[in-house]
Amino acid sequence: MALCMRKSPKLINHLKYRMGLFDMITPSSWNSTSSHHQEFPVTAPIAHTLGNPDADLSVKATLFSACRFKSTKPEKQLNSLNDADDNKVLDFPGGKVRFSPKMTFISESPEERTQCYRVLDDNGQLILGSNLVQVGKELAVKMYTDMITLQTMDTLFYEAQRQGRISFYLTTIGEEAINIATAAALTADDHVFPQYREPGVLLWRGFTLQEFANQCFVNKADHGKGRQMPIHYGSNKHNYFTVSSTIATQLPHAVGAAYALKMDRKDACAVTYFGDGGSSEGDFHAALNFAAVLEAPVIFICRNNGWAISTPTSDQFRSDGVVVRGSAYGVRSIRVDGNDALAIYGAVHAAHKMAITEHRPILIEALTYRVGHHSTSDDSTKYRSVDEIEWWKLAQDPVTRFRKWIESKDWWSSEAESEFRSSVRQQLLHAIQVAEKAEKPPVADIFTDVYDAPPSNLHEQEKLLRETIRRHPRDYPSDVPA
Amino acid sequence: MATIVGAATALSASKSFDSRKLHLPSRRSLSVSERKGSFLVVRSDGSVVHKAHRAQILITNAVATKADSSAASTASKPGHELLLFEALREGLEEEMDRDPTVCVMGEDVGHYGGSYKVTKGLATKYGDLRVLDTPIAENSFTGMGIGAAMTGLRPIVEGMNMGFLLLAFNQISNNCGMLHYTSGGQFKIPIVIRGPGGVGRQLGAEHSQRLESYFQSIPGIQMVACSTPYNAKGLMKAAIRSENPVILFEHVLLYNLKERIPDEEYVCSLEEAEMVRPGEHVTILTYSRMRYHVMQAAKTLVNKGYDPEVIDIRSLKPFDLHTIGNSVKKTHRVLIVEECMRTGGIGASLTAAITENFNDYLDAPIICLSSQDVPTPYAGTLEEWTVVQPAQIVTAVEQLCQ
Repeated sequence: MALCMRKSPKLINHLKYRMGLFDMITPSSWNSTSSHHQEFPVTAPIAHTLGNPDADLSVKATLFSACRFKSTKPEKQLNSLNDADDNKVLDFPGGKVRFSPKMTFISESPEERTQCYRVLDDNGQLILGSNLVQVGKELAVKMYTDMITLQTMDTLFYEAQRQGRISFYLTTIGEEAINIATAAALTADDHVFPQYREPGVLLWRGFTLQEFANQCFVNKADHGKGRQMPIHYGSNKHNYFTVSSTIATQLPHAVGAAYALKMDRKDACAVTYFGDGGSSEGDFHAALNFAAVLEAPVIFICRNNGWAISTPTSDQFRSDGVVVRGSAYGVRSIRVDGNDALAIYGAVHAAHKMAITEHRPILIEALTYRVGHHSTSDDSTKYRSVDEIEWWKLAQDPVTRFRKWIESKDWWSSEAESEFRSSVRQQLLHAIQVAEKAEKPPVADIFTDVYDAPPSNLHEQEKLLRETIRRHPRDYPSDVPA
Repeated sequence: MATIVGAATALSASKSFDSRKLHLPSRRSLSVSERKGSFLVVRSDGSVVHKAHRAQILITNAVATKADSSAASTASKPGHELLLFEALREGLEEEMDRDPTVCVMGEDVGHYGGSYKVTKGLATKYGDLRVLDTPIAENSFTGMGIGAAMTGLRPIVEGMNMGFLLLAFNQISNNCGMLHYTSGGQFKIPIVIRGPGGVGRQLGAEHSQRLESYFQSIPGIQMVACSTPYNAKGLMKAAIRSENPVILFEHVLLYNLKERIPDEEYVCSLEEAEMVRPGEHVTILTYSRMRYHVMQAAKTLVNKGYDPEVIDIRSLKPFDLHTIGNSVKKTHRVLIVEECMRTGGIGASLTAAITENFNDYLDAPIICLSSQDVPTPYAGTLEEWTVVQPAQIVTAVEQLCQ
C-alpha cells in the first residue's frame, strides 16, 4: 500500500495506528532510488511525533516523506517484519545478506598474515609435502641460464651508465626469478604489459642481447626508433608492449587486451606486472575491479620488493600487502615467495590455466627484495642500511637458490657455470660495442609515427628543423644523419 | 533542413539531468526582439530562418543563400531525416556492421543506451561484450580501450560528459597519444574517444567543460568537432576508420538537431573545414554550437549589408589551414567565435596559426570572441553571459569592417 504525500489528519492517524502495532522494528536500510522503494519503518517515538498535532510540520513532513517509499514487493516486506530472529536474510541489490544483531567490525589487520607459497628452501632443496609443477631439465636449464644472462646484462649496462655511455639504466637484481620463471610459465601468445623491471620476460621470449643494447644505446636499429629512454623496451613480435614510464597505467591496458582476447576467443591471456608502489595508483584498483566484472583473463603480477624508490611498504599501504586486495575486488589471489623460481613457475602455470579456462583474473603477489637501487638516478644507501641490502643479496639470492636445486639434480655444474658466465659476458660486451658504433636514428624519425602519416604542420616543422641544422651545423650533433 | 527543437526536447534526451530544466525558457540564442516565434529553423546550408507562430512564410532572402555545392547540400538526393544523436548512432552502427573489431565502451552505453541515447539498441544487436558497460573509472576504461586498440580492436570510448575525461587525461596524454611513437610504430592505437561537452543549460561548472582546450596540445591525437547530423555521422565514421587516436567532440545542446542526410554511405574528412556560407567581407571561423550563434548573427549582418563568410572549422587538431587560408586571402578580416575560454582555447591557437601563416593578408587584427576565464555559473542569466551571443558577433564584425 503506497502512502501518499497528503498530510491529512486521517492518514496520520492511520499511520500512527499501524506503527503502534509494531513497536520495536529494526530499521532496515533505506534505498531511495525510484525503482527500489523500501519501507522505512518508524519506531515508536517517531510515530508519536507524527500523531502529535503540535509537532513541527517540517519535522512531520520529513518523517512523512521517509514513510512515503514503500517496498513494491509486499510479501517480502512482510517476511522481514515478522521474522525477528537472527537468521533473517534480505535480498539486497547485489544479493542476499544475512543480518546479525551483534555489531562486529571486520578487523583492519588479520590475526595471521596470508601465507606465502614456497617449494624450495633457502638452500635450494625441495620442501617436503610441497605440491609443485614439474619442471624438466631443458626448461630448468634455460630458466637458469636466462637468469644469469639477465644478471650479467644488468651488471654491464649499469656499469656503462656509470661510465657515461648510456644516460639511464635500471636493474632487476634480486628479482631475476620473478622475471624468468613467470615468463617460462606463459606462452608466446600471452600479451605482456610490463612496468619496467621485467626485461627478463622479453629475454625469455627471444629478444637478443643486441636488441637490448640497441635500445639502451639508442641507435638506428632500435625498434623504438630512439624515442624512449633506456630500458623502455617494446616488441610486438614478442607480444611485449612498449614500456611506458607512467606507473600502473599498463594495468587497464592489460584488461583491455584481455577483453580483446576474450572477444576473439583466443587461447591466451594478458599478463601485467607492477610493484608495491604501483598498487597504490588508482589504475590498479579500477583495473582489478574491471577485470573481475568483465571476467577477463588477466594475470596481475605484483613484485612486492619492499621499496618504491625510497618509500618502504609500511608507508605505502597498511593492508597485509597486496594479496588481500584481490578478494576486495572479487579476484582470486595467491602470495608467492618471489625468490623461489619453482614456486613462481607453479603459481603462474596454474593461474594461466584458470585465467583462460575459467575466464577470470588472478592476482599473484610475489614477495621479494629490490637489491639494487631504484635506478641509476638513485642511491638507496641514503634511505636503507647497507646491512639490509647485503643480507638480501647474499642470503636470499634467487639465482643461487635455483642453482643449488638444478645442481642437486645434476643438471648443472660449476664448470658449466663459469663457462656460461664468461661466454654471455663476451657476447654482451660485443653487443655493446656494436650498438655504440652503430648509426644514430635519423632526424626524420622525430616526425614519423606521431600519426600514421605526417600532417602538414609536422612537414613544416621538419623542414624548419632541417633548415636550422643546415645553417648552424656546429650546434647540432654531427653523428645524427640528416 | 536542420531544426533546433528547443531546450525542452534537447534536455529530455538526457535522462540523467534534472527535469526542472524542462521548464526553462528556450530561446536564449534569439535577441529580445526575436522572441516571438516558437522555434528557430536552421537550414543545412547554413541559412537561419525565424519561423513565426502564425505566418507560414519563410523569410528566405534574409540570408542570401549562394548556390552551395558544399558537402552539406543534400537537396538533390531523397535521403532520410534524423536527429544528430541518431546520425551518430547510424554512423556507429554502420561501422560496427562493417568491421567486427569495432566495439564501444563507456558508462551506461549498453542496456541503458547511453546517457544521450547514441548507443541505444546497439547492445541488444551486438551483445553486451561489444557494447560494454564499464564501472565508473574513466582513466581506467580509457586505458582499457588503449590496451584493446593495441591488441587489434577498434574501440570507441564514450565519456558520459567530456568533463569526466579529465580523469582520463593521463591515459590520453601519456599513452594514447604517445605509444605509437614511443614503440617505434610497432603498436597502433586506432581508438575513438567521444562524448558531449560544452556549455549546456544550467548544468553547472563541472558539466560545462570545453576539453578541446586542454587536449589540443597532446601530440599524436586528432580532434574533430561535429555540428550537424550530416557531419556527425560522417566524422564518426571517419574517426572509426582512422588509424590514429581521434577525439570527437559533440555538444550537449546539439543532439536534437534535425536534418535530412543521404541514404548512401558517406564519410567526411577528418582534416577538412566546412564552408557554411561563402562571403566576401569577413571570415568567421567557428565550430560546434557557436556555428548556430554565428549563423544567427549572419542573418542580422546580411540585413545590415555585410557579406560574412562562415567556416565551421570542424578539425580542431590539425587546423585546415588550406581552407582557412584561402578565405583569409579573400576577405582579409578574421573573426573567431568559440565557446572555449579566452586563455589557451582553440581560438587562441587559431589566432596564432593564422597570424603566423597569413599575416600579410590581414587588414585588421584578428578578433577572437570566447567565453570568459570563469567557471560556468549555474544561474541561467549568468550562464548566458559567459557564452558568446549573436549580438556580440554582430558588433565584432562591424568593428572589423570599419
